[in-house]
Amino acid sequence: MQAIDRKLFRDFQRLWLQAIAIAVVLSCGVAILLTSVGMFVALSETRTAYYERNRFADVFAHTVRAPLSLVSEIAQIDGVAGVEARISGTAILDIPGRTRTAVGRILSYPEKTNPVLNLPLLIQGRFPDPAVTSEIVVNAPFAEANNFRPGDSFSANLRGQKRSFTIVGAVQSPEFVYTIGPGAMMPDNEAFGIIWMSERAAAAAFDMTGAFNEVALSFATGTNTASVIDALDDLLEPFGGLGAYDRTDHQSDAFLEAELSQLKGMAAILPPVFFAIAGFLVSMVMSRIIALERSEIGLMKAIGYSNTEVCLHYLMLAGLIALVGVLIGWVAGTILARSLAVQYATFFNFPYVIFHVSYWVYAAAGLAGLATTSLGALQAALKAARLAPAIAMQPPAPPRFKRSLIDEAMTKARLAQSTIMILRSLLRWPVRSLLTSLGLALAVASVIASIFINDALDEIVDLTFYQTNRQDAMLLFAEDIPETVLEEVRNLPGVLQAESQQFHAAILRKGHLSKRVAIDSRRPGADLSRVLDIEGRPLDVPPGGILLSRRLAGQLGVHAGDTLQAEFLTGRRETYSLTVTGLVDQLLGLGAYMDLEYLNALFRQAPRLSTVNVTLDENQIDDLHRAIKDIPRLTGIIEMNVNRRAFQDTIEQNIVVMNSIYISIAIMITVGVSYNAARIQLSERARELASLRILGFGRGEVSYILIGEMMLIALIAQPIGWLIGAWIASAMTNAFTSDLYAIPLVLKPHIFAIGSLVVLSATLGSVLIVRRRLDRLDLVSVMKTRE
Amino acid sequence: MPEIIFRTENITKVYDTGEVKVYALAGVDLELFKGELTVLLGPSGSGKSTLLNILGGLDHATEGRVWFDNTELTKMTDRGLTKYRRDHVGFVFQFYNLVPSLTARENVQLVTDVAADPMPADEALGLVGLGDRMDHFPSEMSGGEQQRVAIARAIAKRPQILLCDEPTGALDSTTGVQVLEVLRDINERFGTTTVVITHNAEIQRMAHRVIFFQDGKISETRINSERLAPSEIVW
Repeated sequence: MQAIDRKLFRDFQRLWLQAIAIAVVLSCGVAILLTSVGMFVALSETRTAYYERNRFADVFAHTVRAPLSLVSEIAQIDGVAGVEARISGTAILDIPGRTRTAVGRILSYPEKTNPVLNLPLLIQGRFPDPAVTSEIVVNAPFAEANNFRPGDSFSANLRGQKRSFTIVGAVQSPEFVYTIGPGAMMPDNEAFGIIWMSERAAAAAFDMTGAFNEVALSFATGTNTASVIDALDDLLEPFGGLGAYDRTDHQSDAFLEAELSQLKGMAAILPPVFFAIAGFLVSMVMSRIIALERSEIGLMKAIGYSNTEVCLHYLMLAGLIALVGVLIGWVAGTILARSLAVQYATFFNFPYVIFHVSYWVYAAAGLAGLATTSLGALQAALKAARLAPAIAMQPPAPPRFKRSLIDEAMTKARLAQSTIMILRSLLRWPVRSLLTSLGLALAVASVIASIFINDALDEIVDLTFYQTNRQDAMLLFAEDIPETVLEEVRNLPGVLQAESQQFHAAILRKGHLSKRVAIDSRRPGADLSRVLDIEGRPLDVPPGGILLSRRLAGQLGVHAGDTLQAEFLTGRRETYSLTVTGLVDQLLGLGAYMDLEYLNALFRQAPRLSTVNVTLDENQIDDLHRAIKDIPRLTGIIEMNVNRRAFQDTIEQNIVVMNSIYISIAIMITVGVSYNAARIQLSERARELASLRILGFGRGEVSYILIGEMMLIALIAQPIGWLIGAWIASAMTNAFTSDLYAIPLVLKPHIFAIGSLVVLSATLGSVLIVRRRLDRLDLVSVMKTRE
Repeated sequence: MPEIIFRTENITKVYDTGEVKVYALAGVDLELFKGELTVLLGPSGSGKSTLLNILGGLDHATEGRVWFDNTELTKMTDRGLTKYRRDHVGFVFQFYNLVPSLTARENVQLVTDVAADPMPADEALGLVGLGDRMDHFPSEMSGGEQQRVAIARAIAKRPQILLCDEPTGALDSTTGVQVLEVLRDINERFGTTTVVITHNAEIQRMAHRVIFFQDGKISETRINSERLAPSEIVW
């Protein structure tokens, strides 16, 4: 090893604490980049492979009842490569040992051949024997959650017929990577399952002999999706087609896609912040090292080292810091990626997982870390390279101070000399002070931008469960049935209050824009399920039109007072011109609301309902479950408190993890910035502070200068951090807004306080560690140091 | 008459601070000869160090020309000057300028790593009498020892010229004499042209040639017919 390299390693040893502080910040960037890019690649590769191998369809459509002869016509649509028609339905399940009902989505499985599309993958057991209509396979998560083994059985209420089924196998399917029951907000594998049974059994159960009600298509490459969807809609239209849709509207894929775009967002936003801070810290520390090693630089040049060699020497020091940061980042990233993969494994149901992070992702994250660190060091290293040897050998000129208006103000304010020293030092290096402040501000912002989500979600839970949906449960019926059933529901055990509601699938069109929605209608004054504006005020839907959520109106380009076309896919399948009677700001979903009575009049029908909202007597819930298992046409029950608990549990788990991560990140940034800033200050001021000690200043008075300056910078950082934090929070709420939900921007004072508290205490802690060096200051040797 | 190794022609060095121009060198013509030990004498600010820096390729003259052997230094680029320093020049400074994080041997290796035909670091340290202190860090050595490490570092590349700026300036007389003895020994043993800047008028008595500086100019040049051994010098 060359002597100059030995110098490099010894310098690094001497600086190790500062180096680690920077390396840790850098490692956060590397780890997050590794995790997000790695998981993005892994998840999308797994998805692609799974979809390809199990032939996930490109377009899906539901109809009321179409003849099987239509299949060959569908296959003839230009660009269609494969068609799979099947029977689907929903049933309430009665699982032995389980009081509460579970809901099953039933799908037919072809008898003679394998399915052409959406191939289920057998995980356990075998597929049903077509001759034995009681045999079924279920999706693996449902089997696992209920501890089903092949041979177990349960019964189901199939349109009023109670039938017993025997499980012969468990499968996974590309259609159900993410399974969520009707009306649920979180997956509940125990209470919602997918059931495949032989075509014959399904046809008998749902009265579909010679017919189908679900079709999936695949394309040849280069096919225009929109034209296929249009053609399919035309063909299905006479048979009660409910509007075809492509993968983007497929529930399971949409959730996967949302996760992927979240990973992409994470990769794009967070790592650059860490890299920037690490770069800044390196630049700050390297500038100081070069100032301190001025004469050594002169010497190296005097004995014949070239400018390039000197420059490289300092770049390599930064490179060593980067190396440590990258190594820590790789290790942390690997652990993080692994834990995320475990989380994915529970959330998404893949039969196999390509959850390894490729080497190129490691290499790219490492290079990005190395590049930013080098960039941070470059200016200082170039300065070292440019330093003329003869000048480098001389002590630097003292920094220039000029009297300014601020100085006069300070004099007039009769500030103590030590306070003036602090203020003047901030003003002497305004850019550095500001950047240090900015670093700490980012730490404050990272706390605010992460913990505001708690309040936002609280607000969502409050608005969704306590204000909008105040029912204890929703009873879902197979199709629109006369409202007279309400009376029967009221007579069920435990039901205290029951209100009707209708949902109609419809396509809303305005000009060239269209959106497939579920139009929600209820009676005026409905008390259980209400339409609320963003302030939480209940609204009655004005009759004679349609009320839209602002997000939906935006997507359709309509304003209050405009007219749009509503093409109903249910009932008589008529199209009406409706006036947009108002817009309402909402957090969840793309709401479209109509008055129930107006709708019934429009449809020229007696009052009907598709859902009954009920409040329940807690003590009679088991009786209710027993009773509804036998009600024909009831296809499901959604218990809101189960939903609410699942939602809150998931969120709380995630939030505790996320908050700890972000607060740790904030602390790491703060320590990285403030420890280095304080060390640099101490090194620049050692002579000054030792002089003060010699003049008779006490340790406390001298510490005041060191601590005071750093804390002042930290204080200046607070309002900047609040602003940045609020800005990031608002950017996040915008970024997270999707068709499914919007995150409200709730910024309560306490989150700013928490952000400031975390950063100020971490700053104080870091500066106190540096302050201990003041006690060890050797007054005599400091005074002898040339410089 | 020995060969000329350095020749300067009317060199000036002006420091422009914006408000005033300071003439560090105000037209210096000089010749230095191979194998000689020359002492530059003069008060602070008389231009000695500036001249030494220009001769050593550490600094550029504002005007005038400088030749080393037959090469014109004033025409060289920074890269050329770096090579010139690396191949031909050894420096010794008043404050030793050792790298504190490197041991004595490693400080010398700093040079031997890049020089074309260096002597082993151990040999160089042996020449200055530090054969037994090679693995000590600068902080573990006295000022005289540190300066001898600096000399070992300067001579390890077998330089044609050795430029010393106040080599005894930070030392007491006993250690100062030791350092001067090493310099004289090197000069005699290897025939290395040596230039020593000093404030100390007594040191001139060990030189072949003494050049006096005053206000950026040479005020007098004297050749010693008799030279004293460093041990005979008292200050």
